[in-house]
Amino acid sequence: MRSFVPDYELVVAARLNDALDMLAEGWRPIAGGTDLMVLFNAGKLPYRKLVSIRRVKELSSIEESETEISIGAAVTYTHIRQHPVLRQEFPLLCSAASWTGSIANQNRGTLGGNIINASPAADSSPVLLVYDAELELISLRGTRRIPYCDFHLGYKKMQIRDDELLRSIHLPRKTENRRSYIRKVGPRQAQAISKVCFAATARLRGSAIDEVRIAAGSVAPVPLRCHATESVLRGQSISPDLIETAANAIAAEVQPITDIRSTRDYRRAVTANLLKQFLQTLA
Amino acid sequence: MYSKSMEPRIVGTAVPRKEAAAKVTGTAQYVDDVSLPGMLHGVTVRSGHPRALIRHIHFGDGIPWHEFTIVTARDIPGRNIVTLIFDDQPFLADGEINHPEEPVLLLAHENKDMVRRARQHVFIDYDPLPAIFDIDEALQAKTIIWGEDNVFKRYCIEKGDVDAVWSQADFIVEGEYSTEAQEQLYIEPQGMLATWDPETGITVRGSMQCPFYVQKALMPLFNLPAEKVRVIQQETGGAFGGKEEYPSMIAGHAALLAWKSGRPVKMIYDREEDMAATTKRHPSRTRHRTAVSRDGRLLAMDIEFIIDGGAYATLSSVVLSRGTIHAAGPYRCDNIRVRSTAVATNTPPHGAFRGFGAPQSLFAIERHMNKVARTLGLTPEEFRRRNFLRQGDSTATGQLIKQPLDLARLQQRALQLAGYADKLERFSRLNREGTRKKGIGFSTFMHGAGFTGSGERHLQSVVHLEARADGTVCVLSSMTEMGQGTNTILAQIAAEALGTSYEQVQVLRPDTAQVPNSGPTVASRTAMVIGRLVQSAALSLKEKLLQAALLQPGYTPEQFQSACREYICSIGPLKTSAQYEEPPGVHWDDEKYRGEAYGAFSWAVHVAEVTVDTVTGEIQLDDFVALQEVGRVLNPVLARGQIEGGVAQAIGYALYEKVVWRDGGMANNQMTNYIMPTAMDLPPIRVYFEEIPYEHGAMGAKGIGELPMDGPAPAILNAVENALGISFCHIPLLPEDVLSELSVAREAALDLAGSVV
Repeated sequence: MRSFVPDYELVVAARLNDALDMLAEGWRPIAGGTDLMVLFNAGKLPYRKLVSIRRVKELSSIEESETEISIGAAVTYTHIRQHPVLRQEFPLLCSAASWTGSIANQNRGTLGGNIINASPAADSSPVLLVYDAELELISLRGTRRIPYCDFHLGYKKMQIRDDELLRSIHLPRKTENRRSYIRKVGPRQAQAISKVCFAATARLRGSAIDEVRIAAGSVAPVPLRCHATESVLRGQSISPDLIETAANAIAAEVQPITDIRSTRDYRRAVTANLLKQFLQTLA
Repeated sequence: MYSKSMEPRIVGTAVPRKEAAAKVTGTAQYVDDVSLPGMLHGVTVRSGHPRALIRHIHFGDGIPWHEFTIVTARDIPGRNIVTLIFDDQPFLADGEINHPEEPVLLLAHENKDMVRRARQHVFIDYDPLPAIFDIDEALQAKTIIWGEDNVFKRYCIEKGDVDAVWSQADFIVEGEYSTEAQEQLYIEPQGMLATWDPETGITVRGSMQCPFYVQKALMPLFNLPAEKVRVIQQETGGAFGGKEEYPSMIAGHAALLAWKSGRPVKMIYDREEDMAATTKRHPSRTRHRTAVSRDGRLLAMDIEFIIDGGAYATLSSVVLSRGTIHAAGPYRCDNIRVRSTAVATNTPPHGAFRGFGAPQSLFAIERHMNKVARTLGLTPEEFRRRNFLRQGDSTATGQLIKQPLDLARLQQRALQLAGYADKLERFSRLNREGTRKKGIGFSTFMHGAGFTGSGERHLQSVVHLEARADGTVCVLSSMTEMGQGTNTILAQIAAEALGTSYEQVQVLRPDTAQVPNSGPTVASRTAMVIGRLVQSAALSLKEKLLQAALLQPGYTPEQFQSACREYICSIGPLKTSAQYEEPPGVHWDDEKYRGEAYGAFSWAVHVAEVTVDTVTGEIQLDDFVALQEVGRVLNPVLARGQIEGGVAQAIGYALYEKVVWRDGGMANNQMTNYIMPTAMDLPPIRVYFEEIPYEHGAMGAKGIGELPMDGPAPAILNAVENALGISFCHIPLLPEDVLSELSVAREAALDLAGSVV
């Protein structure tokens, strides 16, 4: 552990308003800590005043309405994995949760934390993009809702003010009749950071693709919704030519980099291959 | 001596491990569990440059430096050299640095957090010098960083006359193979606790494999005689060779801080420091040129083997030696030449790691044998079968194989256990369609047990046995328990030979003030060489009791205990010892590198089954068969554990573990980014033994620990070749490499199709 412990302050908030008060005073939120404590251990955690939101009840439940499922920002991966409605209607999210970190990480790590940590490699992000998730942000000044696809502005840059807290993630319940696909490609079968994570859904009308959503992680500075590739596919019937065209489109749309985990060429090639694999399941 | 007529009671059975209860209940004392009154915490300030001259060291503001103990090279009372083989590596850089993790300065303070913070406020100015980072740059010798030519050591083995053969060969097959560094990743990082007393001298305790290496390194550092340097092993959480030479460094550092402060000083590396600064497996490059006849006989093997030793010589010469001797594999050939070189680069020194050079050179030969077989149009198993060493043949160094050896049978059995023939046929059918391609491959190999050549003769290892007044017997040796089961097997051997019970034998934890020097715990020598000494000392102890007429043949363990008690009461201390004696007919020529390289070889065949996903390039292992002949198996559970662990570690070596280097330093020194396989990545590892007792080993045992590290990598790459038809010659083989070669292959196929049209 390379941080100097006396440099840090940690307060556990009991209620949502207490947490918001502290954020307004410049404190930063910590939930499961599965990302922040890694930085802390490495001596690289820049925030010195932390308010824990793990015990805040309003943030820890999953609620169902007729039109949407709302997941509190501090809901853990384990909770998500075990939730019957999510398993039924949003299976990709449960799969992504089951691939995130270790079981111990899943017991502590939260969906909100995964979003706010803003890693381009986050496993849940592509899923939230294809499910058209909306984020609800809250501060002392009130709440606002924004589409998740507009949330990430650049590498670790988000549409959220310092005094705002991610309150919940809303998933519209319109996944019926959609075919879905998800795959994580990491360096090993467990406890792995994705080299590419890929999620897609589609609805067919006859043989034509009526509706399609494609997203990938670890291939751009932000979790990427692949609009250009979607537009190549929309309204078309699956054919070998279309699959090849779409694969070329996504290879052009992603902007991966070479780092210590993988290479640009590999990430690009794998994303195209995963798209092909997805489209072949539709044929 | 063990004979078949003697029915063993304890050897060959799965008795519980001696230290198991302490480990699972948490009472085992690792070095970081030990605290002494007034103890300080020490840290190391490292260079951060691959090669430079130190211009100036200054201390930043805001740190109460007067509270710290600070040690630089100028404080050292004796010789600033880590004594090992060559005298080249300093404990602390003195003016010049040669790799980015080189220790420059030591700090100690009562507060662990304070000392870590202070480390970030020591600033060192450098004049950078040109640095080199790989084998090619070292050999080009445009920049000289070590000696006259960047070469630590060269060997040449010559058998017959290779050059006379080329013109008569039906085929000459060439190949180049390379391997990268690998981190040992023992669970417990390195750590030491040192105390200094003007009367008694230096005492260090910590995590280590070789207490007498540490003692030998500390004596000149402080100009102290052996009796004033005491080294005590604490419980050690894994080592794999990584705690063979490096503990001398960290022990020296802790001892220097203790000597200067007059207080106990503990130094414990965290994982990041341990991964970055301590030794790793040597990267290697091997070139083969092989002459064969049309009927598949090996006529000549010309092998060039080069390893990258990093900035200082450490154990490179001996790693090179073992790699050189194993380079021709388990094959008979009248004409063999192996030329080998260990070179210097500006990375932290590479060092000992399970297998010690053999995994590198055996990877090359076992990939190359498949290439030669393919050239000849023979199956890999048939080509090997025609060329296996047999009893009466001689190895590359001219060592006569005296023991019974039937590798063809071993190969056949392993392939049968794996269902090889059926799978080959089935996979070739399945692979015609789909994106998941299956393959099966194997390797055949050996590992020499004990020190190379005259090594064991020079070591003159000694073991003591001592009976206690309560009738128990204690084994005293410098062999360290580090998770592999030393204490258990030595107690088994002693109990068996004495005719007492396993529970009545204790194994003392090594402390240089109490145990004799039985050499280092390395080189798969403990069971075979030291076990044998324990057996001899036990037989002498038993003989004393028989001669004193305190025991009659056919005695029970209880009678043995009371005989010990009576002997100690009426006659006096009951102690015996045994010293290593070379088995007859062993000759080794260090100059020509010819003769009996090892007391015995263990032999093995590994078979790997893989699925390659052509969508992602990922390789999944589906099945693994490990069949080996290691002499007598002393403890079946521990033996299987050694094989399973070694295979798992070698799977990491082959497919996952890649050190990312940046300016000579490890850039991915975290377990998140240096990828070792998890249980989810491992196949069922099916372990089988053939037991042919070795007459000079303990109760018939040969070495086992390193053997399983040698075979998996080539077996897996042979399986990948079977799956894809692509020959990979480099490890680790990552999905990135596979996908890139697949696209090259696909383009080539398209070009071919295009040209046909």
